[in-house]
Amino acid sequence: MFEKLQRDFGVTGITELKPGMTTLKVNKDSAERLIRQLRDRHGYTHLNFIACIDYIEDGIFTLVYMLHNYDTKHTLSVHADISRDNAEMESIHNLWAQAWTYQRELREMYGIRFPGSPRLDEDFCLEGWDQIPPMRREFDTKKFSEERFGHREGRSSEEPREHMKVNLYPNRGGDEQ
Amino acid sequence: MIKSLSTEDTLENAGLTEEEQLLFSNARPKPYEPYPIKAVEDFANWARANSLWILAFGTGCGAIELRPLMTARFDANRFGVAGRPTPRQSSVFVIGGYASVKTLKRIIRSYEQMQGPKFVIALGICPVNGGMYFDSYNTINQFDQYIPVDLYITGCMPRPEVLVAGIMELQKMIKQGRCDGANRYIENFDWYKANQKKVIKKWDMPDYNW
Repeated sequence: MFEKLQRDFGVTGITELKPGMTTLKVNKDSAERLIRQLRDRHGYTHLNFIACIDYIEDGIFTLVYMLHNYDTKHTLSVHADISRDNAEMESIHNLWAQAWTYQRELREMYGIRFPGSPRLDEDFCLEGWDQIPPMRREFDTKKFSEERFGHREGRSSEEPREHMKVNLYPNRGGDEQ
Repeated sequence: MIKSLSTEDTLENAGLTEEEQLLFSNARPKPYEPYPIKAVEDFANWARANSLWILAFGTGCGAIELRPLMTARFDANRFGVAGRPTPRQSSVFVIGGYASVKTLKRIIRSYEQMQGPKFVIALGICPVNGGMYFDSYNTINQFDQYIPVDLYITGCMPRPEVLVAGIMELQKMIKQGRCDGANRYIENFDWYKANQKKVIKKWDMPDYNW
């Protein structure tokens, strides 16, 4: 099967991670055709999830489509790289109806556009979000949290030796060992 | 349609469309005034302390602690605690751990719909200072900026035993007349509202949910 996929879709990087799980890489443009082929011809009828990995150093997002074959109990993860600046991918909501929920989430968390996917621009978890998408790695979540939600100081404690030097014996500041 | 006649002391309800504004009251809430006779107020407080009805709204991971609380092992019915499905019938709001911004909006809505006198128990460390979500983009850090809290129970997660202890402590506080969270909310209404609107950007509900 993999030889045929290599020939037809230019699939690269076929690695068996563990028994029953294989990962492969495919070009962005042929990903939708490949997934359709896998579903219709090769029995990968179940979509586990769609995820996204942010490789900010390389300037790419890697989309991960995890497919499962119930007959052979085999899981296949299809990786497709897309550009970070112009993050756009073909929608697969025609193959699995539930895919649009994942795509809506990816749109909100990473800002990836999926043209044609239903209800894509509605709010999912973040209502009224006005910053860059929060799961992008350039988003400084700690800074944002402190600005928006405030920060409450915890209890403070003193290191006893330093505290006594400063407060109890100010003239003998640390010269005796 | 209930509309306040005076123009000064009303809420703007700016988050609603004009059509919706006709459907909601824009009157300001009023603080609770105790009975003029102290013995009557004490009696009322005793009665309140022994019929704490918890709003069955699980707002975070701590909601899982409310299930064993109600069942046979811990049996919170001993303390007059019962779960109610609607805010209109309940008097205690247990904030179960972290509150995301989306949940906070629902918490505010439910809290304002509760009939007074009402009490808030904040469960876990997250309402105090954010806990393990201190740097989350979507989880508030200081819960008492948005809703007044009568009693904190810290821990991550507190066991039902602690929750039982907290309920007993709350009963003691109510009997002494020390639970004035709902009044604080109304007296500092503008401050709380400003804080709430600072984090909830999509404000499409009335300013006070009567």
